[in-house]
Amino acid sequence: MSATLAAGVGLKPEHYEAALDARAEGLWFEVHPENYMVAGGPRIGWLEAIRSRHPVSLHGVSLSLAGEAEPDAAHLERLAELVRRIQPALISEHLAWSTWNGQYFPDLLPFQRTTAALHRIASNIARTQDALGTAIAIENPSHYLHIDGHEWDEIDFLAELARRTGCKLLLDINNVYVSARNLGFSAADWIDRFPQALVGEIHLAGHSADPTLGDALLIDSHDAPITPEVWQLYRRFIESAGARPTLIERDGNVPAFEEIMAEQEQAANELHRAAQEATA
Amino acid sequence: MNTPHGQFQQAFAEALFDPSQAVHPAVRALAMQPAFAVYRNTVMKACIDALQANFPTVAQLVGEQWFRAAAALYVAADVPRDGRLLHYGGGFPDFLRGFEPAAELVYLPGVAQLDILWREAHAAPDTPAADAAWIARHTPERIADLVLAPHPAARWAWFDAQPVYSIWERNRQQSATGVELAWRSEGALLTRPQDAVNWHEITKAGCVFLDTCAGGATLADAAERALAADPEADISAVFATLLRAGAFTGTSASPASNERAP
Repeated sequence: MSATLAAGVGLKPEHYEAALDARAEGLWFEVHPENYMVAGGPRIGWLEAIRSRHPVSLHGVSLSLAGEAEPDAAHLERLAELVRRIQPALISEHLAWSTWNGQYFPDLLPFQRTTAALHRIASNIARTQDALGTAIAIENPSHYLHIDGHEWDEIDFLAELARRTGCKLLLDINNVYVSARNLGFSAADWIDRFPQALVGEIHLAGHSADPTLGDALLIDSHDAPITPEVWQLYRRFIESAGARPTLIERDGNVPAFEEIMAEQEQAANELHRAAQEATA
Repeated sequence: MNTPHGQFQQAFAEALFDPSQAVHPAVRALAMQPAFAVYRNTVMKACIDALQANFPTVAQLVGEQWFRAAAALYVAADVPRDGRLLHYGGGFPDFLRGFEPAAELVYLPGVAQLDILWREAHAAPDTPAADAAWIARHTPERIADLVLAPHPAARWAWFDAQPVYSIWERNRQQSATGVELAWRSEGALLTRPQDAVNWHEITKAGCVFLDTCAGGATLADAAERALAADPEADISAVFATLLRAGAFTGTSASPASNERAP
């Protein structure tokens, strides 16, 4: 099913009409399912209209898989209902937590990668996949903090989750770049170590420097064009791993649809080249 | 849950709003890093953005700066309950009611309530609304005994002694009419018979009529209650207005089966 997915675009409400009419080979759209958990009305109507012409991916932000609790049953049921309604080509979530004690903190919060965390998260992923009746992909989040107490390297942790649950991985290249700069490791080495066969989707986005700390702290803000460094890391990965469905994310300072589609086209060209080289 | 990670999460969640008070050793070490502010800022910004999107008319009335300052205080007091931020802010009207800097803006909680009703109407289930043709399929003597359910997207509210609907409507449209506001009681009805949310001013009798229908009463009972609330009301005009607005569901009580009922 993902064989037909090339470069996709994060869908913004201001672009509904342009997205509906967009024509590009392998084009697909991604949304946060939380924004479409409604009983009816024009919002879900638009998503269904776009789904009637393009593949759609559901990229969740609030299952809180790394939380010390099972995914909220009501939320999981709402997600399952949306999956039945939209028939997404891909479903993904994050290696992070965002809910605790009945409260939702709209961000992707960090945790200590311990063996206990591994058991808990594997169980949460398995529960989610059982509820949805399909595998999901888990995304590497952006890191800002030096956290003591990790027992696992992040890549090993993700690979072990995939081994235990059959989930795929979503490689967010901008998150790797931002994390590498913030924590002081080599993004290229990290990408080279990433288990290529497990990658079901790639994310590309822009970032920004912290208003106070400047370049010493990069923020995964999705409010700017993708930087040359991130494009370079992207080429590095797909030249080696081959083409994967690739999403252009833009959530702030949202430009005209054409501007996002220019990045989509660039990614599509990179994917095309990677596929040609693989067969050459 | 009182596991090590549960304690970590609890302390982290508290530190998002007050990092200086963190006592959990690992979280304290994180909260002291300058980058901890990224999480604090992201959470706060996402919540305030959601409130601004969900209460556009309030924001229009008070201005963005005032709104975001007030919203930040609300967020600290009432964090979202789940990931559906489009439902966030159910307590915002009450918050505004008790918010000292808004004390003179007595209509503001009502305007916030109408923004919530708009959002509910927008996301409600899609169902055909009853219209005049639907009603016409019933014999006149049957109509009085009909039980009409309010349409799932219909929302209504009555505001005593304040022109909340007019204030909301003018600022929602961002239309300066130049016509001075009459300080009076008003009712508001929001409906979405198809794609778009529509709004209408309704009378006290109209509100009571809908309240009674929502309780499962017959149209005759609803008319009686509405007349009791306002003896001057023209009930057939009230009903026609509600029907034209798409305030009733056209399918819940099947007309055919009602017709055949003994």
